[in-house]
Amino acid sequence: MTHIGVVAIVLSVGLPLLALVIWSFAFRWTFPDLLPSEWGGSAWTYTFGPNSRVVEGLWNSLVIGLVVTALAIAVGLPAGRALGLSDFRGKTLVEWLLLMPIIVPPIVATMGIHITFIRLGLAGTYLGVSLVHLIPTIPYFVLIMASVFSNYGVELEETARTLGANRRQVFLRVMLPAIMPGIVVASMFTFLISWSQYVTTLLIGSGRIITLPLVLFPVISGGNQANAAAISLVFVAPAIIVLILSSRKLSQDSAIMGGFGRL
Amino acid sequence: MTHVKLDHLSKRFGPVVAVDDLGLVVEPGEMMALLGPSGCGKTTTLRMIAGLIEPTSGDVLFDGRSMLAVPTERRGAVMVFQKHLLFPTMTVAGNVGFGLRMQRVPKAEIDRRVAEMLELVRLPGVGNRRAHELSGGQQQRIALARALIVRPRVLLLDEPLANLDANLRIEMRELIRTVRMETGITSIFVTHDQEEAVMLADRVALMFSGTLQQFGRPAEFYERPRSVEIARFFRNPNTIDGVRSGSRVTTAAGEFVIDPARAELAEGPVRITIRPEDIEIVGPANGAVNRVPATVLSNIYMGTRRELIVSLAGAEWHLQAPVDAAFGEGETVTLGFAPEKIWLLKPDADGRETGVQ
Repeated sequence: MTHIGVVAIVLSVGLPLLALVIWSFAFRWTFPDLLPSEWGGSAWTYTFGPNSRVVEGLWNSLVIGLVVTALAIAVGLPAGRALGLSDFRGKTLVEWLLLMPIIVPPIVATMGIHITFIRLGLAGTYLGVSLVHLIPTIPYFVLIMASVFSNYGVELEETARTLGANRRQVFLRVMLPAIMPGIVVASMFTFLISWSQYVTTLLIGSGRIITLPLVLFPVISGGNQANAAAISLVFVAPAIIVLILSSRKLSQDSAIMGGFGRL
Repeated sequence: MTHVKLDHLSKRFGPVVAVDDLGLVVEPGEMMALLGPSGCGKTTTLRMIAGLIEPTSGDVLFDGRSMLAVPTERRGAVMVFQKHLLFPTMTVAGNVGFGLRMQRVPKAEIDRRVAEMLELVRLPGVGNRRAHELSGGQQQRIALARALIVRPRVLLLDEPLANLDANLRIEMRELIRTVRMETGITSIFVTHDQEEAVMLADRVALMFSGTLQQFGRPAEFYERPRSVEIARFFRNPNTIDGVRSGSRVTTAAGEFVIDPARAELAEGPVRITIRPEDIEIVGPANGAVNRVPATVLSNIYMGTRRELIVSLAGAEWHLQAPVDAAFGEGETVTLGFAPEKIWLLKPDADGRETGVQ
């Protein structure tokens, strides 16, 4: 059974990618040919050439993705800990509010935020785009960390304290190693969500911050299949890397990820 | 060896009083049990001793010095919890050596002392394994080793024998005993199980809903419980109200002869109690001083003995009988017991049962 499953996943993920690879090297590919009648690397030359702005978009997406991940860790770690470990008045409300950005389309929230960001001078800046990417990413990060922390025992920290560890040592030696798999997975999710943002970047970036999706979408609608395929491959690369890394991370025997099923 | 004193210790969580004006002294090298039903404040007390929770009022003193200003990591009161025993990301040796690493002890010495400790808890050679590769009982022993390696002033154990099956309980109990003999560390442990408290502790502190009920040697809780609730907690449900006059108590079930030496209460209304194991079912020829008729309600086979529930003028009493005792329901039997087995309690005003599960 599992073999069939693996084959199905590889085929469903792999075949479309294969088609993209072929397209990106196709120079002429017309009906009813099974394969392109003429091959060429012009799409790749275009992609990494000066006119496509792919390199600029790649760089911006990377920087913004990393900044968003760092911010998500800073906000999501304490929030996830609070939600996963303690009971407090209004906890359910907080959990619902956290889910709101997933339920409400980000474009609705972003329209409102746009005006505020213009006033604050954040529109069209890296920081502004990074902040608005937190809206769709924080819920995932916090919920993943909350489920990780719900499987984590504060008793371990208390034991460490009584054994002579100060707060810094408890954080570095006890908590961080225990929740590291969760942080890695949540960070991967966060990075990927940020990576694939289009509308929020378009609005808040004011056309000044060009990320990879902003480069890709016009090309797709532009009609040059080979160029679209090549840029799509660049766009999808981190997702595939993350998929491979996370599947390896998740399959490792780590008890604390047991709570992952709560999502 | 450290002397521990809890002085008027209280802890409130908002309107809830978790621990109320607790006063206790643990002598150096002594093992004390904090006993009580869940939610009675015993674990809160343990956490306050360790410094993990700040008391609302009162003081914790080690050797006469207040510990309130001393942070947990410098108190030398090491806690062994019942859940989440070992650090899952470390090896067994990493776990045991944790406290020494925090003190930046040289690695060679850590290795040597870890090996020593593993020897002491009779688990040599498991150092390289991961925590989850050990059984529950082994994990508990490693947790004990990890606590002892730092040579704590006070050892705090949270339900040390809970979650262990019968054989492991005995093994762990013996281990804790041996370790105490060898190290002589002042120890305090928390338990909800009176048997566990009696087996391990030199003295027992019984708490109900945050308040200390009785503090003393284990036998005192059986022989001289201070209230009906305490008697019940120690599995003695047998009581009947009466009126004392001299060495006699008159009850609805008849007249009882008591031992004045064991009667601390004055004349007047009292409540009689006799432990189930001190009651015999006697025949006509038996010369027991106290003979009371009772009706058998049920007769339960317990393997090595029988548990009889009888009605004594409306009061339900429990007693033990030999395995071959074949009394049927509704049968009338005569209970016999010696005057010195009777203990007198104050009849409580409203007959309410407090804090007993």
